[in-house]
Amino acid sequence: MSRPRFTLDGVPVEFDEGQTLIEAARAAHTYIPFLCAHPDFPAHGSCRVCTVLVNGRPMAACTTRAAAGLTVESQTPSLHADRQALVQMLLVEGNHFCPGCEKSGGCTLQTLGTDLGVTSAGFAHESPQRPVDASHPDLLLDFNRCILCELCVRASADVDHKHVFALSGRGLHKHLIVNAESGRLADTGMSVDDVAARVCPVGVILKKRVGFSTPIGQRPHDVAPPRTQVEGKEEP
Amino acid sequence: MTGKVKLATTSLAGCFGCHMSFLDLDERILPLLERVTFDRSPLTDVKHASACDVGLIEGGVCNEDNLHVLKEFRDQCRLLVSVGACAINGGLPAQRNQFDVSELLHTVYMAEPGLGRRALPDDVELPRLFDKVRPVHEFVRVDYFLPGCPPPADAFWAFLTALLDGREPTLPRGALRYD
Repeated sequence: MSRPRFTLDGVPVEFDEGQTLIEAARAAHTYIPFLCAHPDFPAHGSCRVCTVLVNGRPMAACTTRAAAGLTVESQTPSLHADRQALVQMLLVEGNHFCPGCEKSGGCTLQTLGTDLGVTSAGFAHESPQRPVDASHPDLLLDFNRCILCELCVRASADVDHKHVFALSGRGLHKHLIVNAESGRLADTGMSVDDVAARVCPVGVILKKRVGFSTPIGQRPHDVAPPRTQVEGKEEP
Repeated sequence: MTGKVKLATTSLAGCFGCHMSFLDLDERILPLLERVTFDRSPLTDVKHASACDVGLIEGGVCNEDNLHVLKEFRDQCRLLVSVGACAINGGLPAQRNQFDVSELLHTVYMAEPGLGRRALPDDVELPRLFDKVRPVHEFVRVDYFLPGCPPPADAFWAFLTALLDGREPTLPRGALRYD
């Protein structure tokens, strides 16, 4: 019996029951731009970068279940512009200075921005004041780069079973907090070997003493950016 | 564009690294010079721009003088291009945005040893610092952005040759980067 299908930008995509659109697309080596989605974790649906048109309606591809006969559009000029604007709003909401960031070359936000052709944040910068937390002997927290994807929250709670992180506040005031009376990472059970320590898609949770050890040209996204990881092609 | 295009370049709160990267065009500068003439630029030492077709500006806006230069430059340039991380988001100088300016000045000139006189610089010719370092597009209209720290020479080349050929500029893979 043939598997059920939907069409993505006119191309038939087969899927297994229960898969989301982004999972089915990934299995078919088709890239839908994403930011907060992670194959190892349930969808969060917060960044909206993976928004596609499902039978004409905008839906997050990471939270929408695939269904037979759906018409899904991803590569449209309008969605491209929306994705660019989402990246730009994230860039002005925090303090994202790539030249001095240890995550540069392995940052999903950075690679998404360049992949989408974003050349500037466009809007006025919020320039929030967010002190770093260097209290932990092996890890550094730089809250300036947080995009509120909740991957560290989910990893720490669901995989490490430590509940080190949480998001606090609403709207513009939403921010990442550390589960300790002092608010400092050193006063939690966080370890450098935790999954939460390596799941951050941007440069918030950084391992100390290894920054900039990989030369430009050999960093993770220099070699295999997210698009290539999904499409399974070599860089030209 | 027809005839020779007038190009100006200047720097605000930047390190001239973007200008150095521009010079990394190396021998490609020669064919460029057949189509372009330089107006205001550290390369010509012309201090004020006259009416130009394209202006490349590096650096962010950190003080009154930067803003003065930026407005004058914008007025003279038909197309203004923000070049590099500092012009586009404040870059390295904007790392001071998380501190209070007065506190910073006191720390550097009064508290820390090494500067001798132990007094805040107050010469009337010194431009006053703004409370935050801001990117160029927060003050004036910007037509194009060339990101990178610095943008690689290939980005300058792709951008300028596209403009000169009358094409909408796009940056080749690897030339559009934020670091």
